[in-house]
Amino acid sequence: MNMKKTKIEELFFKTLMRLAAIIIIGTLLLIIYSIFIKGLPAMSWEMITQTPKGGYYLGKEGGILNAIIGSLLLAAGSTFLATIISLPIIIYINVYCRKTLFSNAVRLCFDIMWGIPSIVYGAFGFTFMVFFGMKTSLLAGIIIVSLVILPVIVRIVDEVVRMISSGLYEASYALGATRLQTSMKVILKQSATGILTALLVAFGRAIGDAAAVLFTTGYTDSIPTSLFHAAATLPLAIFFQLSVPIPEVTARAYASALILTIIILLISLLARVLTNKYNKFKV
Amino acid sequence: MLNGRIIKDRLTSKILLIFTILISLIVIIIGVELFYKSQPIIKSNSLQELIFSKDWHPLKGHFGMLSFIAGTAWVTIIAVIIAVPLCLLTAIYLSEYVHKRVLKIINPFIDILAGIPSVIFGVWGIIIIVPFIRFNIAPLFGVSTTGYNVLAGGIILGIMIIPVIISVMVEVFKTIPVELREASLSLGATKWQTIKLVVLKKAKPGIIAAIVLGVSRALGETMAVLMVVGNMVQVPTSVFDSAYPLPTLIANNYGEMLSIPMYDSALMFAALVLFIIVVLFNVLSRIILSRIERKLRA
Repeated sequence: MNMKKTKIEELFFKTLMRLAAIIIIGTLLLIIYSIFIKGLPAMSWEMITQTPKGGYYLGKEGGILNAIIGSLLLAAGSTFLATIISLPIIIYINVYCRKTLFSNAVRLCFDIMWGIPSIVYGAFGFTFMVFFGMKTSLLAGIIIVSLVILPVIVRIVDEVVRMISSGLYEASYALGATRLQTSMKVILKQSATGILTALLVAFGRAIGDAAAVLFTTGYTDSIPTSLFHAAATLPLAIFFQLSVPIPEVTARAYASALILTIIILLISLLARVLTNKYNKFKV
Repeated sequence: MLNGRIIKDRLTSKILLIFTILISLIVIIIGVELFYKSQPIIKSNSLQELIFSKDWHPLKGHFGMLSFIAGTAWVTIIAVIIAVPLCLLTAIYLSEYVHKRVLKIINPFIDILAGIPSVIFGVWGIIIIVPFIRFNIAPLFGVSTTGYNVLAGGIILGIMIIPVIISVMVEVFKTIPVELREASLSLGATKWQTIKLVVLKKAKPGIIAAIVLGVSRALGETMAVLMVVGNMVQVPTSVFDSAYPLPTLIANNYGEMLSIPMYDSALMFAALVLFIIVVLFNVLSRIILSRIERKLRA
């Protein structure tokens, strides 16, 4: 009798767990599905090859080329900047610094940085821009967004580098290599896949971020021609145009949402393929 | 005699040390900057008034932020209520029951969910959640609402923090020694009993850390919430009321903040409040998690 009760309890909770997992996966599929359903009818050749016409995102014609290019530039620029900053730090805390206390303090700093909301970065960046009399520009956006994604790169790559066995270091040192040579020729090479994956994740973060670019990159209907011009980004194109009660304008918002979602899906697919493919060749 | 490459190596070491310290200090720089910028408002309106008054009239110089703080609290609490049971069940399922092959299928979904931008959640909320609340949920309770309310914000937020919580929880469950489970199973306990009485008990601090981390993520989430929460300055009294959480306040008003006196300082104060809470929560959960990790290594 008692036996039966425990069996039933087990079955009950197992079903509940399956249900929870299904709800989560189902929600994700529903999100992607509804973005596609709303976005596909709005897609057209003009949408991705033209900038909006008729003034400040209220015109009924044209597409979202400005936002696509703006977003790609912003994400590429900030990923590039964040990589340049993060790699030396990762090398220092793993190869040079043998005091774990210091390394762990640095890790904690980046964990905290990871947790800071992007709106706070945006507000922080804005105070600096006001101080220096800077206007909203692509450059300001790149700098602030690179701060947002910096901890992402540092922490993901750090995890990968930490996994490298000490034997590899010792082999390199035994050959007479300095720490610098070991880092450049062994450690970076060994963690190349991890770095690439981190870059993809960071790129996805950067292209999807709206709160930080709201203050710093601004919004414009034209394609940015220099780093000092304001630039449109996909998240803001969605946000601004969705709230306008003109069907042609909301269509542009849905098309932007679709493109952003596709970019994000492609990135995560690419990251997965990379990890699966190159993990085999690791020492 | 020192070799050229050794000099280079030592020089690099020093440069990297300085560079690492400088970049790590960004967190502190942000805190100091926000603190400095919010000084004027703290001096002219007392802290007490800023936090506990709901009198929000920037033009008259009243900056009581209770409505915004309450809005943040409401959406965060709803998000936690939605996310935690789902996460706990799924995390147990993934780490205790599921075969590795199934794990390989489910994990990518959670990764993708983690990567979906905030705005996309907002769009989805407007397409699906808001109408659903307006036409299906609210009528059940005899309430009429536009659907843009605390509940919509909480649901969206709950879904957004799921990946963070699950991944931390799964890591925590991994740290519980297999021997403990085996001991319990060999005493005749069923798998669920083992999980309930042994694994969950052992994992309690880690589970709390995961939830705290999820909460801190929820507190700062801006765009998705902004799009569905209704943006009305009031202290919500039910889940069907509109609200105006803190991050939303900052995002919506950056444009006019330079034209009204003290307004910019008030917004920086809002950012400071967010910053302090989020940093505290993060440090707290990291301390718990690193303790678990250390215990595991010992």
